[in-house]
Amino acid sequence: MARTARKASSVQRAPATAVLLFILPAFALFAVVLLYPMVSALGYSLFEWRGGTNLAGFNWFDNFVVLFTEQPFVEQMPRAFLHNLAIFAGTLVLQNSIGLFLAVQLHRLGRMRRVFQVLYTTPYLVSPLVVGYLWTLLLSPTFGPVNAGLQAAGLDSLALSWLGDPTTALPVLILVSVWQWIGFPVLLYGAALGGIPPELDDAASVDGATGWSRFRRITLPLLTPVIGTVSILTFIGAMETFTLPYAFGGATGSPAGATDVLSLLFFRVSFQSGASNALGVSSALATLLFLFILGGALLGRRLLRAQEERLS
Amino acid sequence: MTSTALASAPATPATGGATPPRRRRRRWSAEKVVVMTVLWLYAAICVAPLITMVLNSFRTHLQIASDPWPFPTDPTVENYVSAWTEASFGRYALNSILITVGSVAISTAVSLPAAYAIARWRFPGRGALEGLFMSGLLIPFMLAILPMFYLMDALRLIDSPLSLILIYSANGVPFTIFVLVSFFRQLPAELEEAAFLDGGGHFTVFLRVMMPLVRPAIATVVVFRFVPIWNDFLMPLVMLRNRENYTLGVGLTTFFGEYQNDWASLFAGLVIATVPLLVLFVFATRQIIQGLTAGIGK
Repeated sequence: MARTARKASSVQRAPATAVLLFILPAFALFAVVLLYPMVSALGYSLFEWRGGTNLAGFNWFDNFVVLFTEQPFVEQMPRAFLHNLAIFAGTLVLQNSIGLFLAVQLHRLGRMRRVFQVLYTTPYLVSPLVVGYLWTLLLSPTFGPVNAGLQAAGLDSLALSWLGDPTTALPVLILVSVWQWIGFPVLLYGAALGGIPPELDDAASVDGATGWSRFRRITLPLLTPVIGTVSILTFIGAMETFTLPYAFGGATGSPAGATDVLSLLFFRVSFQSGASNALGVSSALATLLFLFILGGALLGRRLLRAQEERLS
Repeated sequence: MTSTALASAPATPATGGATPPRRRRRRWSAEKVVVMTVLWLYAAICVAPLITMVLNSFRTHLQIASDPWPFPTDPTVENYVSAWTEASFGRYALNSILITVGSVAISTAVSLPAAYAIARWRFPGRGALEGLFMSGLLIPFMLAILPMFYLMDALRLIDSPLSLILIYSANGVPFTIFVLVSFFRQLPAELEEAAFLDGGGHFTVFLRVMMPLVRPAIATVVVFRFVPIWNDFLMPLVMLRNRENYTLGVGLTTFFGEYQNDWASLFAGLVIATVPLLVLFVFATRQIIQGLTAGIGK
């Protein structure tokens, strides 16, 4: 439908002044406030700075070398990076198991589907900061309702200091993050399921395929594109996450750096370290992260394409 | 594919019920009971924390401390009064509203004509321009924060709400143009031609004929820009210094430091920061659900 509409719309020639008037406000805003800072950030990482934006000189890739050779980066960067990867992996697994299960079950419902969709999406609309603080209160070892409930149920051994213990803090962070975002994959998978012609499923069940094998052979392959898209978006979100870890553990990723992530490290270097070359080093860190995210997203898309072609 | 499907989203509900009723009846079984239980259980997991937040905000600190399970016996609004006035949440809320509404208004206002020109006119460099705008969708915010900070510093806008309005509205341009272009492209050319024959100029045609037709797209864009701006925390944390200028997010962090021992007020503060979004959700559920699923399943 879209294609025919586009064919019908004859694109017109407009006088240059009109074009300029229509385009210029958006372009100026975009170029000055977004594009220019973005491009200069890539450049910033190649220079040494003497406090703020006072240029000390071009230093090639020294800022990147610093990240891999000097304290505290040698210790903190790999740790933060692993935490980002753990958040990605945990979210991916839970979304594609719980989220997919919920979506498939909702798809079989009638009118009730909409009610559940709304309920599951509600946490998504709450700010990650509020979510972080809310769960801090709920999981508090002293007044928290979660532990009070566990104790009431006789599960005293499970009434832990969830966010105060370095071994549980990161898993809790992952679970809370999934709790917040799961509505998104549920909605997307649901929409994709709605696009699968029911005849396909019916034909297979006439051929004697059971529920599970119908799901594996027919539904799952048809969901590959949307699962791939969600996974790539999850990857980007997990690598850039800032607000939820900040609400849980502050800028240092407490307890003991257990919830530290790359964006927190970046924030500390940029705005809290007071180092004279903070601009160079933190720009180098942001550039690395950008390249990693870009590379990961491109790789994800290639894998997805290959998978789609194999299936079609 | 995504863009055209996104454009047609408001007309065709992506989540429409296609399940034949026959199948539904057949599944009324033990399996169905289990599935419904699981679905309701998960729904409870989703909303129980939020309900706890709201209920606890109407109790006193002593009540919360003695029994964390939230059933307010004699509800009080005292927490809201203290959060709103003593902890200046009223001020923070006002700043957040000003910044969010201002940013969304500016980015929509500048993107509308640009999207229209890109979608409907032919001029040299059109493809490149569209590509450039789209590249803005890929920019990770973190990379641009420091240069933005120094840019705002040079403009003497640090600690001014204007810095955030500029940044958010610029940041909204790529997404807004992306959505609006695909909508404008779908409109039939006859409309424009007829308006021209009636003697309308480019500007009149755009303002009187074409813009009213993409109103659903404008609604989608407004809702989808509103949420991330309202929820953003990093930018205000970096740009704002003076408490007077704080947004709800930054205000909340200081509040959590200072009111650590007053749980009731903390819950009230969290509710205040959330309510505007819940209101938006109630009024725009359709836009949100369709927007989130746009481009899938067709």
